Amino acid sequence: MSSLFAFTLLGLFTGAAYAIVASGLVLTYATTRVFNIAHGAFGMVLAFTFWDFTQRQGMPTLLSLFLVLGVVAPAIGWFIQRFVTKGLGEGPVSVALVVTVGLLVGLIGLAQYIWPPEPRILLPFHPETGWQVGETYITAHQLITIICSIVVAVGLYVLLNRTRIGTAMRASVDNPELLKLFGGRPDTAASLAWAIGMSLAALGGILLTPVVGLDYYALTLLVINAYAAAMLGRLKSLPLTFAGAMGLGILESWAVAYLPTEGFWSTIRPVIPALFLFAIVVVMPQAQLRIGQVKGIVSAPVPNLRKSMGWGVVLLVFGYVLIGAVSRADVLLIGVAATYAMVMLSLVLLTGYGGHVSLAQFTFAGVGALAYAKLEEPNLTGLVLSAVIAAGVGALVALPVLRLTGLYLALSTMAFAVLMDKMIFQADYAFKFNGVLATERLSIAGIKIESDTSYVWFMVLCFVVMAVALLTLRRGALGRLLIAMRDSPSACGTLGLDLRWFRVGLFSASAGMAGAAGALFAGLRGTVGAADFLYFQSLLVLLLAVVFGVTSVTGALLGGTALMLLPVWQSSSPELAGLLFALLGFGAVLLGRDPNGIANNVFKLGRWGWGRWGGDVLGDLDERVGGRLAAITRGLSGNLMRPGSPSPARSVDDEIAADELDAPLAGKVV
Amino acid sequence: MALLEVDDVVVKFGGVTAVNHATFTADSGVITGLIGPNGAGKTTCFNVISGLQRPTSGRVRFTGRSVTRWPVHRRAKHGVGRTFQRLEAFGSLTVRDNVRVAADIQGGPLAWLRPDLGSGRSGRLAIEALLDRVGIAEYADERADSIPTGTARLLELARALACDPKLLLLDEPSSGLDETETDAFGDLLKDLASEGCAILMVEHDMDLVMAVCDEIHVLDFGTIIASGDPAEIRNDPAVQRAYLGYAEVEDDTSVMEAIS
Repeated sequence: MSSLFAFTLLGLFTGAAYAIVASGLVLTYATTRVFNIAHGAFGMVLAFTFWDFTQRQGMPTLLSLFLVLGVVAPAIGWFIQRFVTKGLGEGPVSVALVVTVGLLVGLIGLAQYIWPPEPRILLPFHPETGWQVGETYITAHQLITIICSIVVAVGLYVLLNRTRIGTAMRASVDNPELLKLFGGRPDTAASLAWAIGMSLAALGGILLTPVVGLDYYALTLLVINAYAAAMLGRLKSLPLTFAGAMGLGILESWAVAYLPTEGFWSTIRPVIPALFLFAIVVVMPQAQLRIGQVKGIVSAPVPNLRKSMGWGVVLLVFGYVLIGAVSRADVLLIGVAATYAMVMLSLVLLTGYGGHVSLAQFTFAGVGALAYAKLEEPNLTGLVLSAVIAAGVGALVALPVLRLTGLYLALSTMAFAVLMDKMIFQADYAFKFNGVLATERLSIAGIKIESDTSYVWFMVLCFVVMAVALLTLRRGALGRLLIAMRDSPSACGTLGLDLRWFRVGLFSASAGMAGAAGALFAGLRGTVGAADFLYFQSLLVLLLAVVFGVTSVTGALLGGTALMLLPVWQSSSPELAGLLFALLGFGAVLLGRDPNGIANNVFKLGRWGWGRWGGDVLGDLDERVGGRLAAITRGLSGNLMRPGSPSPARSVDDEIAADELDAPLAGKVV
Repeated sequence: MALLEVDDVVVKFGGVTAVNHATFTADSGVITGLIGPNGAGKTTCFNVISGLQRPTSGRVRFTGRSVTRWPVHRRAKHGVGRTFQRLEAFGSLTVRDNVRVAADIQGGPLAWLRPDLGSGRSGRLAIEALLDRVGIAEYADERADSIPTGTARLLELARALACDPKLLLLDEPSSGLDETETDAFGDLLKDLASEGCAILMVEHDMDLVMAVCDEIHVLDFGTIIASGDPAEIRNDPAVQRAYLGYAEVEDDTSVMEAIS
């Protein structure tokens, strides 16, 4: 009995720290409607800053604490709100998510660049002080944590309920424009919320560092704990968030105390926040459909069947020539690029067309790879089965959040990715801890695709087939439905569309595509392990897909190639590895508002070149060889310039199409 | 038993009661008007009927079955169609594709995977006929966010009709239409009713309401204060008070002029 009391008390200490982090998350989300996935990452960077001040610069603890919590953190919060996330709350959820994921990756890269990996220790406050309470030993650090959380709770209560600016913060949630009319200043309220939120992330991070270690990833993942706690209060209620945080802390503590230290149950501890989150999401009440949303958006036009087939053939020929020309190692890299491109293609369906964000897309590739390795059916049946299994797992992830909105789906996918990465993939029935599974290459109709060159070319073929199929669906009823669903979910509902199952179907189809890519990847590598499918990789996949254009097949191809090159560049200059992450992350922050990405600029360049020179050359050809060849060329280059304008001729239609491409993913982002 | 029965429905938003024990019906072949001052709870009633809003208490029965706990799409599948006061057209699709989406949804999941390769000719003709019937065929190829408001309302009507509804909920359908268009619209409504469709309409244009409605319910502060045919409503003192405040009113005709 007394040990139960002791472990409960211990759980309260961690819970108190979670509560501090979570209340910062709720404060920023409730005031500005931007869910900051990088909340934990900011806590991580600020904990490193605190380490830098105290250990490297040798400043006194209290002074460092004051500098980090009172100066650096609020300044960063103010800056981020003012220049990065401002106005994101009114736009579609997917844009805000991509931007904050960009921040997360960028911060990890920045931290690795400024503080290169080496063992660092941040001691608890007053490490020697402690008291014996019954059979339990309470350290000063734990007591300080508790006191801090109480101060935060009381402080936030007074701020929100007893001050003018606090009232403005609560009001700006509902209607910033109205607040402005009544003489309030929503911008000030938002900046203050972010400044305080950042300080709370820093405080929580610093208090937890002695427990979880000064680690780039562990502290970043605190956002999942905070999110799980905040979900109990539906990302709104601070008291319920505190309750959720305490509950989570106690659960973790009990898990350490009472679960076996061997076998299956030993792996469960790091994923408790994720499990806690799923449990809460399942019992959450149904979200109501909103009416009167922003609409009138982009839909990047799609090439017709002839054009997409034409470009598919060009890509196949190009792939064939390239594979024949490069070394064996580079051939394998092309295969890796094709894998990434296919996974990004699944994001084109889900994010580019459907407007939903997945932070676990590469994990689904991992599911496909695992299924392929375990099935030991190295043929088309095995490939299809692997995709179906991944699709099934995708449906399972989407099901609990069936009744909720897009934000919750995206956040749950991150929890799922961590769950798979830290627990399932490493389990004995899967890849095993640090283990790998052998996989064979695919055979079709009894003929095995053995050589590297032919297998990689087959992967390029798979990409082309998937891309053409996707574009074909996009032009048909499904494409119209996807646009309609983004324009007005309510209207779709009143026309008889079951949005919940449609979303699950979409998510599942996308997971299946990623799963097929994973299965092909397994065949390419010969051996696959848990280390190939870290959750962080899914974030990179999403960011590069968005940076290069998540609304077009071309974007997926470019993004896949870039993601393949990223580790190549990083290993060629390891000291810049972190900086490359930072560049990528902050690049996504800049480009996240335009999901048509770099691909769109390629199309624009092509169109510009076509207008300047292409027309004349064509005219010449027309005279000499007749219209036939010209028509074919025109069809092909029309696609290069822009996915899916009806024809390269500059008609009014084209101008509209070009303008559409410039607009953001869904809705108008101010 | 009427096609639609709204039975003692209450909707509260926090402390505000938007709909207060409302009971009314709408039946096949009948055009029913739901009128009342701004903020009377008319649109909330529509949301309760179509399933976008759960009532705090009370029941909605459709074709004799209680649909109170049914989700939106299930009611739609059983024949509840609606248009919106704040337009919900699919802005980035063309007018024609807006209606096609409605037809696609009826087709079910397998039809969604079918690429558009010249199939479904009969379906396409039906869509053209529908656009023509509502009178927006000339806009068929324009994006829905670029057409005038009145046209967009007609588009929403066409879209709802593509689902072949038994009950049609029209939320201020005539605002944005000029006089000729409103007349044509009134004729269209009568046509639809004569084909057996039940029409429930929220409308501010009293001329139109009085001309086409067979029955009218008047809502004020969430409560039904009067029901009856146009002549009865015109002469109801409670209705006159609701529209003109609580001033004593003596001359009926001048009141009705003020309303319209």
